[in-house]
Amino acid sequence: MKLKNPKDFWSGAMFTTFGLAFAIIVKVYDYPMGTASRMGAGYFPFVLGCVMAVLGIIIIAQSVITSGTRISKFAWRPLIWVLGGFVVFGLTAKLLGLVIAIFLLVMISAYGGHEFKLRESLISSVVLAAGSVLVFIVGLKLAFPIWPEFLGWG
Amino acid sequence: MDQLIANLSLGFGVALTVNNLMYCLVGCLLGTLIGVLPGIGPVATIAMLLPATFTLPPESSLIMLAGIYYGAQYGGSTTAILINIPGESSSVVTALDGYQMARQGRAGAALATAALGSFFAGTVATILLAVASPPLAQLAFKFGAAEYFSLMTLGLIAAVVLAHGSVIKAVAMIVLGLLLGLVGTDVNSGMARFSFGVPELSDGIGFVAVAMGVFGLAEIMKNLEQTEEEREVFLNKVTNLWPTKQDFKDSWGAVLRGTGLGSLLGILPGGGAVLASFAAYTLEKKLAKDPSKFGKGDIRGVASPESANNAAAQTSFIPLLTLGIPPNPVMALMVGAMIIQGIQPGPQVMVERPQLFWGMIASMWIGNLMLVVLNLPLIGMWIKLLTVPYRLLYPAILVFCAIGVYSLSNSPLDVVITAAFGLLGYVFVKLECEPAPLLLGFILGPMMEENLRRAMLLSRGDATTFFTRPLSATLLAVSVLLLVVIMVPAIRKKREETFQEE
Repeated sequence: MKLKNPKDFWSGAMFTTFGLAFAIIVKVYDYPMGTASRMGAGYFPFVLGCVMAVLGIIIIAQSVITSGTRISKFAWRPLIWVLGGFVVFGLTAKLLGLVIAIFLLVMISAYGGHEFKLRESLISSVVLAAGSVLVFIVGLKLAFPIWPEFLGWG
Repeated sequence: MDQLIANLSLGFGVALTVNNLMYCLVGCLLGTLIGVLPGIGPVATIAMLLPATFTLPPESSLIMLAGIYYGAQYGGSTTAILINIPGESSSVVTALDGYQMARQGRAGAALATAALGSFFAGTVATILLAVASPPLAQLAFKFGAAEYFSLMTLGLIAAVVLAHGSVIKAVAMIVLGLLLGLVGTDVNSGMARFSFGVPELSDGIGFVAVAMGVFGLAEIMKNLEQTEEEREVFLNKVTNLWPTKQDFKDSWGAVLRGTGLGSLLGILPGGGAVLASFAAYTLEKKLAKDPSKFGKGDIRGVASPESANNAAAQTSFIPLLTLGIPPNPVMALMVGAMIIQGIQPGPQVMVERPQLFWGMIASMWIGNLMLVVLNLPLIGMWIKLLTVPYRLLYPAILVFCAIGVYSLSNSPLDVVITAAFGLLGYVFVKLECEPAPLLLGFILGPMMEENLRRAMLLSRGDATTFFTRPLSATLLAVSVLLLVVIMVPAIRKKREETFQEE
């Protein structure tokens, strides 16, 4: 079957999934529901989860009778490299220090763009790393190690 | 009147200290700097720069944030006029006539009109804010838990109705936001919810992570989908800044009307700068004897929406400062910033921390003044930024975001969560789900739950309390009315038209 309104169909599916997930978690982890006058920790999230699941179903139902545009293609390349670079920064900042973490972030995320120029990215990563050390560590005194701590340079 | 002057002079006393002037200036400059970059609106700008303000004292931090907000707005109109790329949605209409003016070699006049109109609007709206806040706060003190719950409901519904896009999807986004806001320790029972034993999550999801991911990272990935095109930048043509006498004559009426309309729409929940600029442009076109000139470089098409969006940006602080309810996502971020500073937004702020309250109001006016005085001469510098190719810009933006989010609590997990919300935000873009209601819901989630519980406890579990208390019933009735009205096909069509770019 071909979807007439794929954007709305998948939005509805997403909302229903999230709604059910929250409601089910409340039940599985057994958050206390309490009573209407003394609501427990599970009450409000459970109700909201159910409401969202129902909203999602309504959206799905609507998507069957209306027509809409196709979902444009996911641009996997920027998605993977930008988010990947971001995560790598988070994981390496403490261990390898700010300079190397920034270098990695810039090189990885730049690779996700349309044209990747090695020399250009190398230069900009060096400039950004130096600038960030000056502004954030020397200036704002943020608690980042500059270099890998295990080398004893920090 | 005396009270007003006393309040304002207290405020200026705070805002005019060397330190706070500095923070206001830095905020305005940083805000413009980031706001000029195409595709980064005020929400993303504020989210990115928030961490830089956390270590400041509360007054300075909020003053700087307000400066960032105006700066970002201002930067957005600069790009709209010069390269036809609105830096944010509230300057979409400015681009229509502003860019045409720039092409006719009148970029200077357009930029100056936008700046002066904004400054005038900002001045009027600041006075309005100072006059209207105390009585509104008095009203707010009469609010009980039931009224607060109903007020938040109204705020959220209005935010949906006055925004564009599908209503039901926006409602679902609000609910998703509310749920995400509930992650973390339940204040009543001390139980950790949806944290799955991860200690960082028991403090809740950071709102910086949500805002930066959904508005910042997602935006970058969206921009990277398109190949870079050569932009026509009217760099050397910005020579004659001052508008002609005729320009003043043509635009003053538009500035006045834009200011009035913007001030009004800014107070409404969900209104804010975007709606104000669209409505002001439409109004101006309707009133004009020669509407055919619009879209071809009419100065009124710049003056009116720019005044309107600045007035609205200012007056949208009214519900935040008096009721503690953010009317739009930018204000939701301000709530988050206030809470991090240990200030619970609401009517008590004015009474308990008059320095903070009036200092912030005074600094709004100073911020507006700074933007006119400093940014007009600096326009050349901002334009240079626009000639930097995006492939060099976005890694730099990412570095800024990453350091900001990491330094919140020195936790790698925050960075990972931000990336996850970036992914989610990208999916929202693909599915055409507006992310703004999500952020509002996210901030209001815990407050709504708290007030719901308290109201229900006081009424001993009787849900009719929301309908039997007159104030609460009125607020809920208005919410229902809004939802019903929006379902009427004729109005629905009108709503879609209002947000249509021409």
